[in-house]
Amino acid sequence: MYKLTVEDLHKSYGTHEVLKGVSLKARAGDVISIIGSSGSGKSTFLRCINFLEKPNAGIISLNGEAIRLEKAKNGELHAADHKQLQRMRTRLAMVFQHFNLWGHMTVLENVTEAPIHVLGVNKDEARHNAVRYLQKVGLDERTYNKYPSHLSGGQQQRVAIARALAVEPEVMLFDEPTSALDPELVGEVLKVMQDLAEEGRTMVVVTHEMSFARNVSTHTLFLHKGLVEEEGHPDQVFGNTQSERLRQFLSGSLK
Amino acid sequence: MFLDGFGSLIMAGTWVTIELAVMSLLVAFVIGLLGAGGRVSTNPLVNAVATVYTTLIRGVPDLVLMLLIFYSLQIGLNKITEALHLSQIDLDPMVSGVLTLGFIYGAYFTETFRGAFLAVPKGQIEAGVAYGLSGWQVFSRIQFPQMMRFALPGISNNWQVMLKATALVSIIGLADVVKASIDAGKSSYRVFYFTVIAGLVYLALTSVSNLVLMWLERHYSTGVREAEL
Amino acid sequence: MSDIIQQFWRAFLWSDGYHFSGVAITLWLLAISIAFGFVVSIPLSVARVSKNKLLAWPVWLYTYVFRGTPLYVQLLLFYTGMYSLDVVRNHEMLNVFFRDGMNCTLLSFGLNTCAYTTEIFAGAIKATPYGEIEAARAYGMSRFTLYRRVIIPSALRRALPAYSNEVILMLHATTVAFTATVPDILKVARDANSATYDSFDAFGLAALLYLCITFVLVALFRRAERKLLAHLRPMNG
Repeated sequence: MYKLTVEDLHKSYGTHEVLKGVSLKARAGDVISIIGSSGSGKSTFLRCINFLEKPNAGIISLNGEAIRLEKAKNGELHAADHKQLQRMRTRLAMVFQHFNLWGHMTVLENVTEAPIHVLGVNKDEARHNAVRYLQKVGLDERTYNKYPSHLSGGQQQRVAIARALAVEPEVMLFDEPTSALDPELVGEVLKVMQDLAEEGRTMVVVTHEMSFARNVSTHTLFLHKGLVEEEGHPDQVFGNTQSERLRQFLSGSLK
Repeated sequence: MFLDGFGSLIMAGTWVTIELAVMSLLVAFVIGLLGAGGRVSTNPLVNAVATVYTTLIRGVPDLVLMLLIFYSLQIGLNKITEALHLSQIDLDPMVSGVLTLGFIYGAYFTETFRGAFLAVPKGQIEAGVAYGLSGWQVFSRIQFPQMMRFALPGISNNWQVMLKATALVSIIGLADVVKASIDAGKSSYRVFYFTVIAGLVYLALTSVSNLVLMWLERHYSTGVREAEL
Repeated sequence: MSDIIQQFWRAFLWSDGYHFSGVAITLWLLAISIAFGFVVSIPLSVARVSKNKLLAWPVWLYTYVFRGTPLYVQLLLFYTGMYSLDVVRNHEMLNVFFRDGMNCTLLSFGLNTCAYTTEIFAGAIKATPYGEIEAARAYGMSRFTLYRRVIIPSALRRALPAYSNEVILMLHATTVAFTATVPDILKVARDANSATYDSFDAFGLAALLYLCITFVLVALFRRAERKLLAHLRPMNG
């Protein structure tokens, strides 16, 4: 039984086709990293999974339940059942490249927002959980009443991960979570992600961090020009590279 | 005696001015939010209507619009009552003043809110959508509070302009502080003195609103200031 | 509509048969008050940002009072208010000046727009990049030369968007002139309204004229901005 399956996803901007049929299957506990050069469509693919971008074709299912879709006039697919989409979105938690923490809310408010106002968890319980998750990502109570702009980038991204954990998602989606960070702050975020992987969370990670893809993930997917050029276990993908393009990509980024 | 015995007249006029300004603000605020929704709408018809509204209204002096709307409303109403064989209904200057000012300044608020909506980073809204917040929740819990920070300088400015524009409503017959001071001046033969009084009332009102707006700006910039809390 | 146009088009544009009226008067009011405001606001804005409190404070008070009260009240004060004072009526020159609605209107408009313009320019002066001032000092410019050659030209250019807005607002504000019996566009519209009882057309026509003037002014300022603010635009932007 797969947690998340994406079948034959297509996405175009006008006449430019960014994704030309990409598929992905994730079992519980899988950590799938998606690598590729910029413009390969990897971020778009991730954003299509929870419908931040509307795909033109494809099937997305969570725990075997497909998101019901209908075709709009412009060729994009829309969720046929908005309630269903919203419910599924809460099962998929996204961590963004630029954190996207809500600037007018404190750290604690950011983490409790979706549990209280989407999932209907009562406030005390939500706060209690939030503190647990914040501690898990290594943030102590001194940060809880601060606003995001008062934190370092690494701290902000850890708050964002706590926010994702707080909805107790089935699958966590990471969109280049360390690309916007100063180099010295990357480590603390990767460490948290590695802990999550080890505790058996299902994760889909778009990343530039080859060491993470190689050492932490259970499956690696190399996207090139909107197609899966190569995929497999990281040992296979990195150790016994088949495609010439992937070899070029790795030699360019593994300097 | 307090203002030569015209104190209560001036006070009553001041109260009318405040009432007019605050009610018009509410109307303009709501129209502005709706208009901004129209201006950022992807529906071409809605967008065009909102654009024509703000362009035309902001291109014409408020006093001209006031007279245009006030007289036309009354004449339109007369035509209706005549056709129905009813006696003439005179428009209440307060109601038509509020509607007219609200309608005019709604156009200015539309532009203010449009700019503010566009200033909220897209990622803020995306994060809300990604975590399953409904459209209304995204608006009321994320977009609106964040937008207010960007909109406040514009709102302050519009409010100050509108507060001063209420003086023009005395021209269409509302007994506001200007009308009261003109009457007091005529009756007491101290026109200069009472015009100064009217000016001072406005100065007090604009000063107080300045203070309130400064406080609001601090309130809505939570999470922005670099200072530690 | 055609009745009003036939009867009043001349009055709406430039003359009611005896005097200038309509668009001509509105543009006259605008031009004179803007010119006065511009010329006077430059020294005032320099005084406004001065470290010398004795210079800065009176200017602050002036702009605070004139920006904090409605233009209509200011006009009332200069027109009916002033003329009600014995001192004014008994003084020959003051009597002649304040008896004329046009004089009172121009005076109050000029002072009003000057207050707003002063604040706009003062804001722009304060925002002058400090490096530019330092460079001027390093090249030995005197204080006066510094203001004349560097600070004011650069500030005026950067103030242009706000200033163009002020000019448009002033055009709209000229409409209160009719309360001082000045025959501007709106006064003609009111005459047309009371002659025909066709309010919608009478005021609609006035609205249309103001709209046209506004659009022309906006277009002129756009062109000026493109020319004068070229240095603030990103290259090939």
